[in-house]
Amino acid sequence: MNLSDAAVSLNAILPLAVLVAWACALLLIDLFLPKERKGWTALLSAVGLLVSLVLTLTRLDQSTTAFNGMVSVDGFANFLSLLFLASGLVAIAISYDYIKRMGLDRGEYYVLLLFAVSGMMLMGMASDLIVVFLALELLSIPLYVLAGIATPRSDSEESSLKYFLLGSFSTGIVVYGIALVFAATGTTSLTGIVDAINAGSALDALLLVGAALLLIGLGFKVAVVPFHMWTPDVYQGAPTSVAAFMAIGAKAAGFAALLRVFVIAFPSLSVDLAPILWIVSALTMILGNVAAIAQHNIKRLLAYSSIANAGYILMALVPYGQPGMADKAVAAALFYLLAYAFTSFTAWSVVIALEQAEGKGLELEDYAGLSKRHPVLALTMAIAMFSFTGVPPTLGFLGKFNVFSVTLEGGYVWLAIIGVLTSLVSAYYYLRVVVYMYMRDGEPQVNRDRWLYVVASASAIGLVVFGIFSQPLFTWVSQALMR
Amino acid sequence: MEYLINPLILVTFFPLVGVLIIAFLKQEQKNAARWVALITSLITFGLSLWMLAQFDSSDPQLQMVVNLPWIQVAGWNISFYLGIDGLSILLVLLTTFLAPLAILSTWTAVEDRVKDFMMFFLLLEVGMLGVFLAQDLFLFYIFWEFTLVPMYFLIGIWGGQRRMYAAIKFFLYTMAGSILMLLAILWLGINQGTFTLPDLMAKGGIPADLQLWLFLAFAAAFAIKVPMWPLHSWLPDAHVEAPTAGSVILAGILLKLGTYGFLRFNLGLFPQAAVQAAPWIAVLAVIGILYGAMVSYAQKDVKKLVAYSSVSHLGFVMLGLFALNSQGIQGGILQMVNHGISTGALFLIVGMIYERRHTRDMDAFGGLWKVMPVYAVLTLIVALSSMGLPGLNGFVGEFTILLGAWGAGAPGGALGSYWFAGLAALGVILAAVYILFMFQKMFLGPVIKDENRSLKDINWREIAILIPLIVLIFWIGLYPKPFFDLMAPAVDNLVAALQSAAVAGLP
Repeated sequence: MNLSDAAVSLNAILPLAVLVAWACALLLIDLFLPKERKGWTALLSAVGLLVSLVLTLTRLDQSTTAFNGMVSVDGFANFLSLLFLASGLVAIAISYDYIKRMGLDRGEYYVLLLFAVSGMMLMGMASDLIVVFLALELLSIPLYVLAGIATPRSDSEESSLKYFLLGSFSTGIVVYGIALVFAATGTTSLTGIVDAINAGSALDALLLVGAALLLIGLGFKVAVVPFHMWTPDVYQGAPTSVAAFMAIGAKAAGFAALLRVFVIAFPSLSVDLAPILWIVSALTMILGNVAAIAQHNIKRLLAYSSIANAGYILMALVPYGQPGMADKAVAAALFYLLAYAFTSFTAWSVVIALEQAEGKGLELEDYAGLSKRHPVLALTMAIAMFSFTGVPPTLGFLGKFNVFSVTLEGGYVWLAIIGVLTSLVSAYYYLRVVVYMYMRDGEPQVNRDRWLYVVASASAIGLVVFGIFSQPLFTWVSQALMR
Repeated sequence: MEYLINPLILVTFFPLVGVLIIAFLKQEQKNAARWVALITSLITFGLSLWMLAQFDSSDPQLQMVVNLPWIQVAGWNISFYLGIDGLSILLVLLTTFLAPLAILSTWTAVEDRVKDFMMFFLLLEVGMLGVFLAQDLFLFYIFWEFTLVPMYFLIGIWGGQRRMYAAIKFFLYTMAGSILMLLAILWLGINQGTFTLPDLMAKGGIPADLQLWLFLAFAAAFAIKVPMWPLHSWLPDAHVEAPTAGSVILAGILLKLGTYGFLRFNLGLFPQAAVQAAPWIAVLAVIGILYGAMVSYAQKDVKKLVAYSSVSHLGFVMLGLFALNSQGIQGGILQMVNHGISTGALFLIVGMIYERRHTRDMDAFGGLWKVMPVYAVLTLIVALSSMGLPGLNGFVGEFTILLGAWGAGAPGGALGSYWFAGLAALGVILAAVYILFMFQKMFLGPVIKDENRSLKDINWREIAILIPLIVLIFWIGLYPKPFFDLMAPAVDNLVAALQSAAVAGLP
């Protein structure tokens, strides 16, 4: 690779490169900012994300590979980049007041956030297993630190340690999977793997075990059953703004890798993998939704809800290997991720608005009477809950509609039936939140934080408006293809 | 742009104007919210009359059609498709007619969070009208599920003691049925390449065994909504806990979403399966008729009595629809309207006495005729209409249904046995028993309780609510022809399709 090739490659990933460079620079800039001006770091981080966002938007029709095919900047990557950048911006908006309030106001917070977003973006582009590993580490390590940033609060430390131990364990499994795939095919490039398989030179047993290990490792990241155990504890212990970011960004990034690796590299393994995906997806939906019923802490409830949602996304992936289904499966999964992200933005901002110091204000009882005191917050939360349940006309409904449609088209009627039945179960606990807000009396404590109001209302409006006028989203998602 | 003045669009979405206006009111401006809601619903009713004026009752096809592409992506073909025909026009009119009356009934009964109440109520009206008018399965499902949300809030916020339980039960029960329907809708949309109802009907060609599964998935949603025995257990809870206006709409219209669904989708899309399933549905319908009537008799709470009587009355509607002949279906549709009027009126009447005495226990009353004569007379008329006295509306509907069911009982008919009509006729007698029993206990005899001596008779507002209903009770009872004329061509069209399916289904 000569210098001009490197320049071309760098240009291809310019939005990502800018963000990484900006994050590094910000580490230094933050040192020179006076203590009472730490708000500047938040602002500057947001600027960095915005610049990267604008750059991505100007290159939406671009579709190219770079660094000798190790990354692909295609519709799929661009779609996910926008999603990650937007969740980064939202994370800054909902963190700004919260971390001040909770006494976590440190410059590193925002810089770590930027690094995590960069890792996620890289994950969306990764078309080589080594890059997948690189991206996984780049996004995970900042999150390990962020989860523990509320130290010396013991639950935050516990959360961080738990996330770190299980996270590194799962990364280890991913690496092992990569090694086996490499052993089986002699390459780590996703397209190279397909070529090796097609040429008949791959060792089938090794390849299958490797793919299964990748599924397990990434399954930890996206929290599917039986690799979900860490989620409720980590979400509950981590600062809420971090939990929100993890629930959206980290999950989407994990799915980005799963989708690309499986669809590009392992279509021929789908005969063996589809039944596994089927079972994992069904178990995830069942266990996530059933366990959520018993929760009284809203963070734990949303944690189990995020597990259940991973099941629905995985459901879209089950028929990925059938002829003509790959694009539809990817589009459905992406659409669901989008709907899930919007819904989560709304729900988590309301949670942060109600959270008080020392972990108070997080029980369902603390939501009693919210609709009388703060009708707008209550309404946004209610819209989020209905969207999670999948009640029209919200984006959440369209997400589920899309996923069920792909599953049915793939011929998995029973999986679709399990999907709708578990949605019914989920209605019970989502509605309970609404019951507390609207039908019980109480004196909820709410923080005055206009950014939270902005995020919650804007995404709630988005949930309804895009739930009705959804054609642009469908068109966009259907163009978010891998090359 | 041409669709902006389409009557169907205006009727369906006009209540949203009221929602928007009320949204800008303050919580304290209770009267303003009430008036805005009332006027909005009255204008909506006016618009629906304008729609009626443009309706050509001799045309069996969909009219005033709005058909806009909505979501077009690979494999999906979803349109924003509204249309009206003889099967739905009466139900649309019933909806817009009952809404202002229900709003009037809340004038003094709802004092808490009036603004929210009116907004949810008008949203509910939009949802219900959309269900009756949607001709695209996806659009239909959106309206169908959407009606759950405002109703859930109406029961849960303004309901009685056990309102939260009742609200969640209502939501979960109904959703349980509709998600199965969702899968069937998806299956149809994917495999037939379109979600619009007329295209699907024209296409046909669903194999008979698959038809039965799809039929059952749709039936699950509708049977819970109707509710058919044995899926009715949500109904008494929801009805008893709901505020009066909620009960009126619940009984008057929401239950008809179920019967209408059977009529439009189960009969229209899966004629062969409908022919196969007719005797089974009829068995459930007859059990519902008898069971509902007997359980009604056992109630002490008037509102519960009326609620269970709905199970019985809707059993009649289902029996009529699945007689699969012209008389049965026409009677079924008319009985849907009748039930909306009579049971709606009964819930209003119960609400009026509950507002005065804060109890619905029949033992707490007696001799009300002496204290509240006007109220008693109006109640008597409504009660007689509900039990099917000749000359009033209930009789026309039930009689036509029984004729249809008898005709279908002939060898080769859809039901294949005269027993259905015979047992159902028994239900008419049972209805007389529980209704008259209730009337006697509450209104006749001496005034037993002292609290009842000082009760005020109903005021002008309350009379004004009941009078339009009573006018309709007599009108349909004495001269039902205009109502039958509206639906006849569309019904005949449907029956013809069913008959050819029956012939095609023969071995």
